[in-house]
Amino acid sequence: MKLSNEFKFAGKRQMIVFAASLLLPLSVIAASQSPTPDAEQVKRGEYLSRAANCMGCHTTRGGEPYAGGRTLKTPFGEFVTPNITPDDETGLGRWNNEDFWQALHSGKARDGSYLYPVFPYTEYTKITREDADAMFAYLRSLKPVAQTNPPHKINSPYDNQFLLFLWRTWYFKEGVYEPDNSKSEEWNRGNYLVQGLGHCNACHTPRNVWGATQDSKLAGGEIMGTYWYAPSLISPLEAGVGEWSTGEIVKLLSTGINEHAVTSGPMATIVRQSLQYLSPEDMRAMAVYLQSIGEKRNGNEAPKKIPPMPERVSKYLALGKPVYEKHCQGCHGESGEGVPGIYPPLAGNRNVTMTSPHNTIRSVLYGGFPPVTAGNPRPYGMPPFQHIIRDNEIAWVVSYIRNTWGNLGSLVSPEEVDNSRGNEF
Amino acid sequence: MKFIIFILLWTISNLANALEPMPPKISDTLEQRVKPCIICHGDEDRAGRDAYYPRIAGKPAGYLFNQLRNFRDGQRYYQAMAILLENMSDDYLLEIAHYFSFLKYPYPQPTANTLSPGETQAVETLIHSGDPDRDIPACSACHGKALTGTKPFIPSLLGLPHAYLAAQFGGWRNGGIMRGQTPDCMSEIANKMTQEEVNALAMWLPTQPVTGESAEAEELPPELVQRCQTILSGEGFIQ
Repeated sequence: MKLSNEFKFAGKRQMIVFAASLLLPLSVIAASQSPTPDAEQVKRGEYLSRAANCMGCHTTRGGEPYAGGRTLKTPFGEFVTPNITPDDETGLGRWNNEDFWQALHSGKARDGSYLYPVFPYTEYTKITREDADAMFAYLRSLKPVAQTNPPHKINSPYDNQFLLFLWRTWYFKEGVYEPDNSKSEEWNRGNYLVQGLGHCNACHTPRNVWGATQDSKLAGGEIMGTYWYAPSLISPLEAGVGEWSTGEIVKLLSTGINEHAVTSGPMATIVRQSLQYLSPEDMRAMAVYLQSIGEKRNGNEAPKKIPPMPERVSKYLALGKPVYEKHCQGCHGESGEGVPGIYPPLAGNRNVTMTSPHNTIRSVLYGGFPPVTAGNPRPYGMPPFQHIIRDNEIAWVVSYIRNTWGNLGSLVSPEEVDNSRGNEF
Repeated sequence: MKFIIFILLWTISNLANALEPMPPKISDTLEQRVKPCIICHGDEDRAGRDAYYPRIAGKPAGYLFNQLRNFRDGQRYYQAMAILLENMSDDYLLEIAHYFSFLKYPYPQPTANTLSPGETQAVETLIHSGDPDRDIPACSACHGKALTGTKPFIPSLLGLPHAYLAAQFGGWRNGGIMRGQTPDCMSEIANKMTQEEVNALAMWLPTQPVTGESAEAEELPPELVQRCQTILSGEGFIQ
């Protein structure tokens, strides 16, 4: 009964289509040849390229988007990102789908030579063929920009294909993301976004002496060529979000700020360039995945006694108090409580207390605004203090905020302040 | 060890929460939002700290907007500004530019003129007449008769510290990272002057008291409008 109804319905539709095609043969032919699916694919590709933040590396400051030319400094030399606009001579104009897939999935150039892993094909290999094709369709749709970028300056002996071959054998596992069927679809989508397109490992995973990300995925590490520390996304003492709600995670990643934290340095830029454009569904999927990999603190243990502070230490910390009162208290509050969603709290702030003091020192030295996003279009900023107070005063005040209002962290010396200087600008 | 630290942290933070501190009072204003700018560009006396920072209060909005974008996009180089502006939008920068253009701070006291009468006269000639033989226009032709700038894109030359003026001339003359990435008429003009003239200008300008408002755009001579296109184009600027 049901079947016959469907047949009837299908029959009617066919009749209408047939009649319409008799009446308007030209328009029907035009419609069947129109590039609607391609436009759809390009649009999808644009979204995926945002999620993969191709533009972030393949655009120089103030330069043409995707025309490359940005220098990435590493211990192995200086790499200059290539032009990936569809220009025949200087970009990807002569590439086809296969070439692009080979680069993204296998880390090989068009001529088959090995690409340097500064291009995160180690993570992009997880991207599906369908997504890669869409990304390529989008890149093909861009305006070609004729821009020749300077060559890499690779230190000897790393400029060697055989060494790259060895490196790949050891550290590169080719393969599209395989969903874990014991987990939800949402979790798998989040995993794909974090480990594949988003290539979070590129910064948040420690690298060994050969520049390879180690097995301890997303456990935090110094970002190569910058002076920033990308905190662990696992540890509850750093940026692990196992104890946050998905709503709080989504808010931080899509607007750049929430009640507990604010994105700064390279992460603020990632939010501006990439994460704020993700769909609410994808944002939530990322949050679900990140929440699942974040370790939780077990709150059942008996509280331990705080060891008495040696006089030398308390004297050192006391030096930071007047600096704090003069320069920081106005915004971060008498007790480091901050203003929710405007100025981050310092009391209980993991960015302040985590082992590496670099990010906190850098925030004091250089200040900054949280990224301008749709959800936070007019952010409040933090002044740079590099010209205002001396290194020893910065050391005192950072030590002070790391060890007041219940915070506990190592003391910071003026030498550490000096070591945190420097930037890519 | 980490575990012990965490327990300590947890305990202490619970204690701290119990005290319920008074949160800082924050106003929902642009003034509060741009506090990071005021630390260097504010009106307090910074003599003896660092006399480099230029006055931005009351400068024409289009000029401020262009400079903010140039710092952000690497067309004008100053590390502190580049870092602060990295993730700012055009819309927000435009709002900030307007805010500072309307801000009125008292002007600093003019400095004492240490130039010789001959040097002073040479500078004043350059300022008001330029040197047609070398194709150097009068400063006042663009920056206004009172040298207080021309709306909306040309800045005032007065009320600025000597160190800042000298550094800008150096940047224009040497090209390179500070001012030279976008070729503009100021690099071209600065390169037509001698080092002595540039030094004398940077010495003389801070000796002048500030009187009068910015000039109006229609007062600009057409040949200089043509010559200084890059400075006078403010794509996206809304009055």
